[in-house]
This record gives sequence, C-alpha cells and structure tokens, in this order.
Amino acid sequence: MTAVLETQAVTAEEPGGGAKWMLRDWRNEAGRHLRAMPRNLDILIFALMQPIMFVLLFKFVFGGSISVPGYDNYDQYLMPGIFAQTVVFNSSFTGVGLAEDMSKGFVDRLRSLPIFQSAVLVGRTLSDFVRNCLTFLVMLAVSFALGFRFEGGVWRGVAATLLLLAFSYSFGWISALIGISVKSVEAANSAGFIWMFPVTFISSAFVSTETMPDWLQPIADANPFTIATNAARALYNGQDPGNDVWLTLAWAVGITAGFSYLALRKFNSFSR
Amino acid sequence: MFVTFVEQTSLREFHMPVVRAEGLQKRFGEVKALCGVDFEVEAGTVLGVLGPNGAGKTTSVRILTTLLRPDGGRAFIDGIDVTEKPWRVRARIGLTGQYAAVDERLTARENLELVGRFFRMSKGTAKVRAGELLSGLDLDDAGDRVVKGFSGGMRRRLDIAMSLVARPKVLFLDEPTTGLDPRSRLGMWDLIDALVAQGTTTVLTTQYLEEADRLADHVVVVDRGSVIARGKPAELKADLGGDRVYVTLAPDAGRHVGDVITALGELAVPSGRIETADGELNVAVRSGTTTPQVVHALDAAGIAALDVRIERPTLDDVFLELTGHSASDNDDMEGAVR
Repeated sequence: MTAVLETQAVTAEEPGGGAKWMLRDWRNEAGRHLRAMPRNLDILIFALMQPIMFVLLFKFVFGGSISVPGYDNYDQYLMPGIFAQTVVFNSSFTGVGLAEDMSKGFVDRLRSLPIFQSAVLVGRTLSDFVRNCLTFLVMLAVSFALGFRFEGGVWRGVAATLLLLAFSYSFGWISALIGISVKSVEAANSAGFIWMFPVTFISSAFVSTETMPDWLQPIADANPFTIATNAARALYNGQDPGNDVWLTLAWAVGITAGFSYLALRKFNSFSR
Repeated sequence: MFVTFVEQTSLREFHMPVVRAEGLQKRFGEVKALCGVDFEVEAGTVLGVLGPNGAGKTTSVRILTTLLRPDGGRAFIDGIDVTEKPWRVRARIGLTGQYAAVDERLTARENLELVGRFFRMSKGTAKVRAGELLSGLDLDDAGDRVVKGFSGGMRRRLDIAMSLVARPKVLFLDEPTTGLDPRSRLGMWDLIDALVAQGTTTVLTTQYLEEADRLADHVVVVDRGSVIARGKPAELKADLGGDRVYVTLAPDAGRHVGDVITALGELAVPSGRIETADGELNVAVRSGTTTPQVVHALDAAGIAALDVRIERPTLDDVFLELTGHSASDNDDMEGAVR
C-alpha cells in the first residue's frame, strides 16, 4: 500500500513548476499519438500512397510533355515538388486529428486535467511532425528507386529535407487552427485540405511558373510554397538557392509563430 | 477487493460543501442555457442533477469543471473559485463526460498511465495506480487490449477509472449511463454505488429519474436552465401525495370499494382518491404501507383478492407534476449548445 500513498500529493497546486513540466506535458501528449501510430498503419499507408501515386502520374503521364528550362531530367525537378506538396498535404492530418479528439470528448478530458493546456495543440503538431519525417524517408526511398539523386551532395540533400519538414511543421499550425475552429471531423477534413490545392499547384512544384498566364505568375512566385520548393530544389540539385533558404525559414518561423498564437488563443477561448 | 479510489473525507471537512454553485448563468447566443442555478454538495454525498436534454445539466457541469466560464454567478470546488484558480480545481476533480473520453487507439492500461503521468506521477507510480484501477473496476483481463474493441459499458468503466487516477475530491459523472444497454447500466450503477460507499463526493447528471432515485442523496431538478425543485428523492416523491395500493378483487367476491376501505382502516388515507379501472381498485394509503399489511387487513375482513400491489410515485411522476411535461419528450438544444 505504500505505493498507493505515494500517489497522493504529486499533483501540482499551481500552473507551472516551470518549463520542465510544460515540456513534459507536451511530450506526454505527443507520446500518446506516437504510441498509437504503429497501430494505425492504414493512416500511414494512405499518407504514402498519394505521393507515390503523384510521382508515378507526373513522371509517366505528364513527364513526357513537361519540360522545364534548365533541367534535362524532369525527375530532378519534379521530385522536390512532390516532396514539398506531400509534407504540406500531410499537415492537414493535424487538424483532422484535433477535430476527432474534440468530437470524442478527449480534448475535454485533457482540459479538465491540471496540465499546460498548450500540450493539446503542441503535442499533436509534434507527433505529426515525427510522422511527416517517417513519410519523408519512405518517399525518398521510392524516389531513389526511380532514379532521383542528391545532385548537390548528401548534406545539401539533408538540409533540403529538413527545410521542407520545418516548412510543413508551420503548416501544421494552420491546420490545427482549422481543426479546432470547425464543428465536425468531416468539416476539418475538407476545410483542412481544399485550400492546399491552389497553394501547392499555383506554384513551381510541377512546372516552371514562367509558363503560367501573366496575371498568375506573380502570385505563384510570391507563394511561400514556391519559395520553399525552389529552395529545396536548388539544394537537392546543387544549385545556388540564393535567398530562398532564408526566406523559407522566415516563412516557417513566421507562420508557426502567427498561427500557433491564433490557435492557442482560439483554444483558450473555449472556456469563455 | 475494492481499493480506495478517493481522498477520504476528514472530519474537518465534514458538512462543508465541497461543491457550491451560486447563481450560475450562461448564455449561448440567443439561448439562455442557465438562468441562475444554485446548489451545494456536501462531502461524501451524491447530488443528482436531473433534467431533460437541454435543461442545462451539462452546462452546469462544464462550468464546475473549468471547461466553461459562467456569464454570471460563481462556482467553488473545495472552496476554490473555478474561474480564479482553474488549475487548483482541476487538481481536485475527476470528470467523466457524456462521451467516453478514452483514447481508443491505446490499451486501457496505457490510457490510465497517461493520466497518471499528466498528474505528474512517476512512471512506476502511474503503473501501480493503473493496475489498482484496472482490478478495482473489473478491467483486469482487458487491461492490455486496445480500447477500440471495448463494449460501451467497458469504455465507460475505463472512462470512470481515468477520472479516479488522482483520487479526486469530487467526481463529476455527466450522464454516465446514457447510451448503455440495460445490463451495462446496472453494472454502472453497482460501480457508482461502490464509489459512493467509499465516500466519494459525486455530482451525477442524468435524465433517468430511476437513476437519480437509486444513486443520489439529494436531487436538484433542472428544467430550461433553472432549478425547479430540490430535496431528497424520498421527499420529492412524498410531496406528490404518498403511495397507492392497487387491489384486484376476485370476480365473485361480491365486495366493492367501500368494503376495501373499511378493511384497510387506518392504512387508508381518508381524503385519498379512490379510483377504479379494469376491475382494479386504486386507493391512496399511508406512506410506507407494505403489501403484507394490506393482504393481512383484507384477509381479516374476509375479502378475497386476486392481486395486491403497492406503487410509490417515481421521480418521473415528480417531473411530470413539476414541469407539465415528461422527462423524455424534450429532445432539443443540448446538442446545439456544445
């Protein structure tokens, strides 16, 4: 029975106990999702099927008629675009997962515990980030099998990969805001996904923006998704990315800061 | 055997309300969900918050459990204001909401350990506590199974177990048996009985009058955001005017109502209405009259009865009397007011 008595009085009386406990709350909540991940392989598999399908479609269906200035091999142009699109698409799972936890009452359970409330959102975005890393590894393997190479060397390839992952993490916060703002899981699913089509297609992901109509081209060029794709593409192919790497990081930090603020504010407003 | 799940009530706290709601008001857009709800719960007792869907039960619970801020009024748990020190309140409560809030991708044990870790238990302590709760709530065999395959009843048990991890001072059960089949409902009642026997201070919302009757020490009846009656279940029922005895006479008995009333003597309530329907006499009797007493009285008077039964008013009758509508014919709003 001693162990039973020990369980008393462990609870914090006050918010805080400091950053150490906040990090632990985040880790516990992220751990909840990560633990469940291998048991829901279906989600992981579907998350992977879409990029593989896109790789094959663009390579074999469009590849023959798409030529991009400066690239002899469309694959080297296409793959970074697919990588970028996939990790950004995957960030929509964050909102869906949150909406699911809300509709099932689990978020209420968490909110009634003496924990840092931010754990609900941070834990989810972190665990989804880990899943995105795994997805990326599988995508890289598939693309290598199809002939894609890190033309700029291993380290630039790794840097490009990390850059895209950081960029996608920031999109996870947009998705989180959507997920906790809509009324149902279905709405989170469609609202979280639909805007990603224009964002990822009005970009340099699949074609050069120079082929687009005059009115569209500036939009595509200003699209942060274009900047991120260009930065990663340059690094993968050993070209000079110019300012794109720093611009991408700035976008990632800016979106994360802005949308995490909005999402946390929205989340805290539930108790009003 | 049942291990202890809760803080034992110390003498110091005895008779001090552990839960207090003072004039709670809440409005959702145009809908006034709460228009000044008051109640108190003393340590070691069970308060049944009874009312139809949309009455404001869940809104009250959400305010008391820090999930929602009231527009007006105040609420205290263990003397702590829920809006001023929500963290402290959260450290003292366990909430089992309307939906079984369990992570169905994890095992029962993992769910419990997770809550323990959130309460800052060490890994070892969280493990021990999870084990205690699993065996205490008859989930031993299912402990290492993924919750997805659990029945509705098992999910609810796990949900309650998760609310008990940190030995809460107050347990909130928001419609704990809604959606359960009758057998699981009985199981849930036994579980709640056992928790109550340990002195768990409990706030229980329900739309089942039978449930409040069976489990609660005190009941507040809520309708359209206001408390319309309060008291012990027995008192509420007594207000409706006592028990009634139904007697079916043998067809050839050649006796009638007057004979039965005479035979019952002091047992009958003088002013009580006498009703007959389908050959069955219906007479108001003193509260607490037993069937053997009635049978004995009829026997002594030589009246042959085929059947004798006593009915006591249910809370359903109370509800009908108070609101003019039954507890179940009012299925709106609460869903919209999530």
